[in-house]
Amino acid sequence: MPDAPQTPPPPGLERSPAGRALKDAALAALLTFGLSIPIIALRTDQDFNNQLILTTRWDLVAVLCAVVFVLRLAWGLIPAGTGAATARSARLLPRFNDRQVEVLKWAGLALLVAYPLLALALTGRSGSIKWIDNFGIQILIYVMLAWGLNIVVGLAGLLDLGYVAFYAVGAYSTALLAKTFGLSFWICLPLAGIMAAFWGILLGFPVLRLRGDYLAIVTLAFGEIIRLVLINWVDFTGGYAGISGIPRPTFFGIPFNASPNGFAAVFGLEFTPIYRTIFLFYVILALALLTNWATIRLRRLPLGRAWEALREDEIACRSLGIDTVKTKLAAFSIGAMFGGFAGAFFATRQGFISPESFIFMESAIILSIVVLGGMGSQVGVAIAAVAMIGGTELLRELAWLKQVFGNEFDPAQYRMLVFGLAMVVIMIWRPRGLIATRAPSIYLKERKAISSDLVKEGAG
Amino acid sequence: MAVPASMPSPLLTIEHLSMRFGGLIAVNDLSFTAHRGQITALIGPNGAGKTTVFNCITGFYKPTAGRILLTHGSPPPADSLRALMGTGRREIRYTGGSAYLLERMPDHDITARARVARTFQNIRLFAGMTVLENLLVAQHNTLMRASGFSIRGLLGTAGYRAAETRAVDKARGWLERIGLIDRADDPAGDLPYGDQRRLEIARAMCTNPVLLCLDEPAAGLNPRESAELGTLLRSIRTEDETSILLIEHDMSVVMEISDHVIVLEYGVGIADGTPEEIRNDPKVIAAYLGVEDDEVAEAEAEAGL
Repeated sequence: MPDAPQTPPPPGLERSPAGRALKDAALAALLTFGLSIPIIALRTDQDFNNQLILTTRWDLVAVLCAVVFVLRLAWGLIPAGTGAATARSARLLPRFNDRQVEVLKWAGLALLVAYPLLALALTGRSGSIKWIDNFGIQILIYVMLAWGLNIVVGLAGLLDLGYVAFYAVGAYSTALLAKTFGLSFWICLPLAGIMAAFWGILLGFPVLRLRGDYLAIVTLAFGEIIRLVLINWVDFTGGYAGISGIPRPTFFGIPFNASPNGFAAVFGLEFTPIYRTIFLFYVILALALLTNWATIRLRRLPLGRAWEALREDEIACRSLGIDTVKTKLAAFSIGAMFGGFAGAFFATRQGFISPESFIFMESAIILSIVVLGGMGSQVGVAIAAVAMIGGTELLRELAWLKQVFGNEFDPAQYRMLVFGLAMVVIMIWRPRGLIATRAPSIYLKERKAISSDLVKEGAG
Repeated sequence: MAVPASMPSPLLTIEHLSMRFGGLIAVNDLSFTAHRGQITALIGPNGAGKTTVFNCITGFYKPTAGRILLTHGSPPPADSLRALMGTGRREIRYTGGSAYLLERMPDHDITARARVARTFQNIRLFAGMTVLENLLVAQHNTLMRASGFSIRGLLGTAGYRAAETRAVDKARGWLERIGLIDRADDPAGDLPYGDQRRLEIARAMCTNPVLLCLDEPAAGLNPRESAELGTLLRSIRTEDETSILLIEHDMSVVMEISDHVIVLEYGVGIADGTPEEIRNDPKVIAAYLGVEDDEVAEAEAEAGL
């Protein structure tokens, strides 16, 4: 280990912060060294004769150890108590009064509504598709999914690792109903929500007596079961091939195509596919806002308060006459319903769905958005979704980095690394998420934010 | 059926209650009655099985054997009781009242239907919710009906808003009574210990109970707070017409406020009577203070063992 001091530090240094930091850094570097031998230092490749050859990359290991040593040293040398403690108590957002919050809310909404038109005006017809579709629609789908999961995880405190299953149920319900019975998107949408809620209840009945880790594992398994059924029930779902040709949504019966009855012709506009994209943007915006509105309303209703009480103390809930099974089932099915709506939208937006879109990774991303945002906080979750999904999309924009790192460098491949880093940084800096305080659902005189130290995360 | 004032009617009748945990018999063939309009105390040395009895009454444990009958209104006529016992039913209505078999009911129904509320030995408030929210969660079932299982609530109908105002008013009334009105918007976890105890009692009272079960309400309170607690419990008995069953170790509280005391030792009821009778009962004295080795035989003879 070239970077680690081989001799023990002098006795005087042992107790000083610098000495401790040095020791810590050396240990971290040693650990990195040990970990990187099997996964980085030794690499197996195939040569021209299809034989395995072993290549070693000790230079890379040395660089990695040095980086870890320096970072860990820097971390250790930041005076304890000033860095960590103030960062934790620092408020992410300045404190606003109720009127300012109201103004900000409407301004944000106006900006969202104007967003596709702004994008169209600033980047032109062909340039704006990327901004409206990849950034706008994609982010809003995840905002909606995360808000839906927030009901289950953030409010009711039930750790659900299989949320993507309900997304899949919604998408496949829409695809199959539309293809088989020729139903329009606007009829499929509520049906998809109902189907997903039904599956939420079906899953909920057997598993809701489980708590914490056990619940998480069973929901994870449920997500996989749905995916495997979709893959293997080829007659019904098309298997890996998926379902294609899902009808696109219409503008209240007017299709978005170049025909004389199409949207552009009816409104006397020149035909371009951008109108459909803009329309889809407004549809998902409306769906996401519906999720948000329902969640905010539910939080102030007895059902929502019972969810939060359940997260705080289930036994106390039972002693107050709350039927915890029904309350949990309500959380599961309402959360699933919004997942189903998002799935229905996804199916009609893509026009093609396959089991590939509903892997565990999706559940993990949605859950990490909820955790990063601050469980239970609507604003925090929305910010986290913008940062995580928008950030991923932004990585695609960094093609200029190829000039620095060579042509084989693909920034989008570092998505998971960035995710992981963001997660670690947030968990150190704000262990309870971006917005960790809880806003009370009702107040007599003054609305006071409740510190996350008192709020529990729920045990399942 | 008129009951003379001097003869209080039975509210909770426990007969031959037994609770086994594997080989351990925590409660063994216990029978007692708690009367309407009274404060009944359940006392006994540590590990006597008092909390187990509580958990059986409030449905957190299913008793191994025995009957726990709770009545609203007048006592059930014999034929109604027979009809209830003979079938798998949990409750029966008859003219003048209704009867509930608590050992057959799930815990939340015991609070919601039979109207028995409880507090816990280690306080179980919703620490991350405000004091006011704690009291509103306690009114869940009333508000849930008013909100049309959230549908009318989502639409914000006038009926639901009126129900919510009534619920807040009720909570406000309780906060004034326990002296916490100024802290209504603070998280419950921030309150000092004594206030948390009182808030837990107020929260249980917000479920409109006919019987309030308190598990060591005076634990950890200083003498002044204990005295205030006594006043609060007496006012609950008279003003709210809620009978109280309490477990307590603080004998000054027990002897001062109880109308009726039951003593438990090793899961067996050893005495049952007024505080005065209990104070002078040799079995109780032996159970609490123990006796010298050479006095065991004498004490046992006196105690009739």
